[in-house]
Amino acid sequence: MIEGLLLPQLDECSAPFFEYAERGELRVQRCDGCGLRRMPPRPMCPSCGSFDSSWEAMSGDGTVWSVAIPHPPLLPAYSAMAPYNVVVVALDDDPGIRLVGNVVAGPDADLDSVDPHSLQIGALVRVVFPPAVDDGNGPIVLPRWVLRDVRSGAPPSG
Amino acid sequence: MKDRAAVAGIGTTEFAKSIDRSERVLALEAIAAALDDAGLTPGDVDGMSCYSMETTEEIDIARNMGFGDVTYFGKVPYGGGAGCGVVGQAAMAVATGQCNVAVAWRSRKRGAAASRPWAGVAQRVGGDQQRWSRPWGLLRPVDEIALLTRRYMHDFGATRDHLANVALAARRHANRNPAAVMGAKPMDRADYMAARWISEPLCLFDNCLETDGACAVVITSTERARDLAQPPAILHAWAQSLPTQHQTMTNYFCDDPLRGPAWACAEKLWSLADAGPDDIDVAQLYDAFSPLVLLSLEGYGFCERGEAGPFTDDGGIELGGRLPVNTSGGGMSEAYLHGFNLIIEAVRQVRGTSTNQVDGAELSLCTSGEGVPTGALLFRADR
Repeated sequence: MIEGLLLPQLDECSAPFFEYAERGELRVQRCDGCGLRRMPPRPMCPSCGSFDSSWEAMSGDGTVWSVAIPHPPLLPAYSAMAPYNVVVVALDDDPGIRLVGNVVAGPDADLDSVDPHSLQIGALVRVVFPPAVDDGNGPIVLPRWVLRDVRSGAPPSG
Repeated sequence: MKDRAAVAGIGTTEFAKSIDRSERVLALEAIAAALDDAGLTPGDVDGMSCYSMETTEEIDIARNMGFGDVTYFGKVPYGGGAGCGVVGQAAMAVATGQCNVAVAWRSRKRGAAASRPWAGVAQRVGGDQQRWSRPWGLLRPVDEIALLTRRYMHDFGATRDHLANVALAARRHANRNPAAVMGAKPMDRADYMAARWISEPLCLFDNCLETDGACAVVITSTERARDLAQPPAILHAWAQSLPTQHQTMTNYFCDDPLRGPAWACAEKLWSLADAGPDDIDVAQLYDAFSPLVLLSLEGYGFCERGEAGPFTDDGGIELGGRLPVNTSGGGMSEAYLHGFNLIIEAVRQVRGTSTNQVDGAELSLCTSGEGVPTGALLFRADR
């Protein structure tokens, strides 16, 4: 059985997202023809048919659209942290773009660093970029999220 | 093709947590039983239809069964979304003359823990269904549906009591079905509420069973079916849907993720039928997870959007209620075979042979998976 965290298998469409994440940037694919953003990234625009696209920087702010809290049986690396949260985050720049992730206490924190039962739909979050994981096939940064301090607009220090 | 094809025979193996025979042998047993039920022989079969996830292979089934020359064979993808399409496409092949007698089947052994999805997981996950979710710990189908369920509860005020209504209806029906895996195990609301979490907000009893077993049906023209051994279950209408911008299971990327494939399938189905949701006597709604039944009740138009929870209150989906649902116990309490046992039960209802028979049932609906590209079959009794 797999012992570590699962990582995405990259192809020509998905690789740029993770390359930007490694540089600390959250970028989303946007059609060069009509401007429609799309997720997951893919070759062709479903609106105008263009094969040309660029990667547009997002502010990194988002809103929790939903929360699940997995419990074992899970793969060992995940089971060790369960129960943890998995969220879907809608980006504030374009709420039609949603990303699956985790809310954590900070960029270096584990999936169980935030009490999953404290998370609500509508919670305001900001992207963070944890250290890269390398399974021998190249480093991957999986963007995660921290709760935004609503008053200052800054991520909490903890 | 309205009313032109019918299910003439049904067959199943026993259903159990563990059966000591191969998926291959179980498939052959179920197909043989369905042909016997219809009063047909293997030499009559010239069409074959199965799930893309089926591990048994057409040539192997045909050589073992002793089929003659098969002139139609096809597969339908997307797991639990496939079942109704498997039967519907076989019926379409009959109605268009590509074959005369088709068999459709599903054989599946998932009772053993070693057969669960972990077995095939690699460290690197590909495909857009998994690449954008699994690394963050959204590992299992139940986790994928838990996210949609939480949002559904948030948007429409559905509660765990509504999910419990689905699980309890299935169990009460199973308790009157000797073939059901959970036939002898009663369950009440306190049992449901005390069950361990699997993926909040879903607990153990929001999940289907994992079962060993097989099911098969025989499809032929309605005209021919009338001369065979059983009263035909006439396929009045059927439909499939892969709705716009849909992503199977991890359907979080479209405009309205809670308006799943059931809506588009229902629109096509009702446009082809001389009936609407108010005319349906009994429904088998795909139930890998309890919330899928709520979404399907809405999608097929049995209630308004967001009102499926209250629809299930006060025995609403139990025998004698507004719409009896999953009258064999379904995937949650009879057997989970990617929804094929739901098709068998839908046929039984128009034959009048269910152990939870709806009196005088004339129109019997069966649906495949919600949350994945799906299908639906609408059977009618021949009277």
